[in-house]
Amino acid sequence: MIEAKNLNLFYGTFQALNDISMKVPEKSVTALIGPSGCGKSTFLRTFNRMNDLIPGVKIEGEVIVDDMNVYEKGVDVDNLRKRVGMVFQKPNPFAKSIFENVAYGLRVNGVNDEKLIKQTVEESLKQAALWDEVKDNLKKSAYAISGGQQQRLCIARALAVEPTVLLMDEPASALDPISTSKIEELIHELKKKYTILIVTHNMQQAARVSDHTAFFYMGSLVEFDETKTIFTHPVKQQTQNYVTGRFG
Amino acid sequence: MKKIFEKVIEGILMLSGTVTTLTVLLIIFFLFKEGIGLFGKSPTEEGFTVAVNRENPVNELSTDQIKNIFDQNIHNWNEVGGNNDSIILFRMDDLFNYYTEEELAGIDTNMNLLTSKIDEVIDKNKGIIAFISSKEIPQNPNSKLIHIKAIGLGSFFGGKEWFPTAQPVAQFGVYPLLMGTLWVSLLAILIALPFGLATAVYMAEIASPGVRSVLKPVIELLAGIPSVVYGFFGLIVVVPLVQQIFALPVGETGLTGSIILAIMALPTIITVAEDAIRGTPRSVKEASLALGASQWQTIYRITIPYASSGITAAVILGIGRAIGETMAVLMVTGNAAVVPHSILEPMRTIPATIAAELGEAAKGSLHYDALFALGCILFIITMIVNLTVQMISGKRTRNKLR
Ligand SMILES: Nc1ncnc2c1ncn2[C@@H]1O[C@H](COP(=O)(O)OP(=O)(O)OP(=O)(O)O)[C@@H](O)[C@H]1O
Ligand SMILES: [Mg+2]
Repeated sequence: MIEAKNLNLFYGTFQALNDISMKVPEKSVTALIGPSGCGKSTFLRTFNRMNDLIPGVKIEGEVIVDDMNVYEKGVDVDNLRKRVGMVFQKPNPFAKSIFENVAYGLRVNGVNDEKLIKQTVEESLKQAALWDEVKDNLKKSAYAISGGQQQRLCIARALAVEPTVLLMDEPASALDPISTSKIEELIHELKKKYTILIVTHNMQQAARVSDHTAFFYMGSLVEFDETKTIFTHPVKQQTQNYVTGRFG
Repeated sequence: MKKIFEKVIEGILMLSGTVTTLTVLLIIFFLFKEGIGLFGKSPTEEGFTVAVNRENPVNELSTDQIKNIFDQNIHNWNEVGGNNDSIILFRMDDLFNYYTEEELAGIDTNMNLLTSKIDEVIDKNKGIIAFISSKEIPQNPNSKLIHIKAIGLGSFFGGKEWFPTAQPVAQFGVYPLLMGTLWVSLLAILIALPFGLATAVYMAEIASPGVRSVLKPVIELLAGIPSVVYGFFGLIVVVPLVQQIFALPVGETGLTGSIILAIMALPTIITVAEDAIRGTPRSVKEASLALGASQWQTIYRITIPYASSGITAAVILGIGRAIGETMAVLMVTGNAAVVPHSILEPMRTIPATIAAELGEAAKGSLHYDALFALGCILFIITMIVNLTVQMISGKRTRNKLR
């Protein structure tokens, strides 16, 4: 169960998130939509404390992951990030081989058993629907495969450390339609095991892949409901305008 | 109209490019022309020769042999392939040991008298070896000129003695200088590398913007300090320190030079390495952190490998700086031109030698040519260093493009 409670976030004096409370359902896909700059990425990154890296960030309220407030003092951030995986907008593989990219998360978390690593790498690549395409080239540089394959590699890399939550920030926005549909199929598969939060600008994509949708506007959560409801008869006029495209 | 204007600009650009290239080529040309002038010459000072008794079977001696003879390390002709006669050294001044002042009256003005007296001495002493002005020789029936082997690449690079003003033959062995340069520079890099890298990582990855905004200008200031000032610092602080710590008779050692050079190479290493480390994309670092890697794991598993070619370039640029540095090294290394056995001995580097000796070497003399030859060696070393940097940074751009 992951949840935000009265969450405020400031970049210096600028308030990027405004009193957000939201319960994210487990083992399902929740889409975050909203116009550019409304705080979707900022919100997403509070779940694995990625915002910590930005100087001058101040956070109030609670973010609950596995029944624990992640912003409490003494929380092991590295361990949190192991449980809450993340896939970024642009594919960002390491300058290592395909195999080592997937093995990385295991190695930094102290796994030394090469047999176990090999097995996990294979499983993760299979889960990310990439295994068949790269199984003969595991030693090849991760830069030598296509952008769509790289993004699936990044998903495999995140899956290898066995998270319970997967954060995806516009994971398909840099990809062609075929790669995009592969990623969408993949998300559909993955929600059986993982709680997925996905940011997207693509309404059809949100409608296709998500079970629930949250509409953000200027740092506030305007409406959060089942995807069907949001796209057919939302309660708020703002949401209506946005999902029908009558909105900036 | 516009066309013509553009053509003119193009012409100017091409011209300045050509002029620059030509200047560089000319510098290289003259450096090597003077430097190569050393080879094939006799190592005796111009106007002087070495002569022996006509009946002495020895015709040719190497510079080493002559040096050992005049240093009285060799006492008998049979050691250099001659008869069993002990060697008698003779220099111009020694004439007064063979004749009374009355016998030599007027010798300063009477060239013939001088010549005949020298010839007489050579005739009387079978084992003599005379270092004399070459003007007297042609008329001397009883003496024979010794052929001295010319300076070659072998004796230049292999010679273990650098003694450019030695009489009767100068010694131009660059081996000790080359070793001094390499020892001092390499140790300097060994010292500078860990500190430089640590500082670069700290500045790029850990320091807060406030700390960085103080550190950065300080390090740039370090790069701007003239090397004599480093030399003074070395003399006043490092020399006594090294002397005390290692209980040495003198503190001016290779190690002292290395420490000063390391300090001098630090700004280069830090700046270039920091740039390289900062060049690691944020997205890859975030990916690592997002997988649960700690900041340190991210630094040494992702950031440093990603920046490795830039870091290598930093190191090589640092080496280049160390190898070429003159003044500070001259002041603190002790400048003994001997083949080093330990880093705690005084050493002498090539640039320091050139700087120290160029003032006293007469233009066109052997010594002068030898210093230019040293310049050529330095040039070649620096060129190798620069080519290596280019190769590495070339590889880096190729990697980035992929
Ligand atoms: N590092 C930062 N420092 C200061 N302000 C920031 C920072 N990152 C984001 N912001 C501001 O916070 C607000 C929310 O940004 P955020 O990136 O979360 O938007 P977003 O909804 O993800 O937009 P997009 O759809 O364009 O990705 C924006 O107004 C942005 O300018
Ligand atoms: Mg965003």
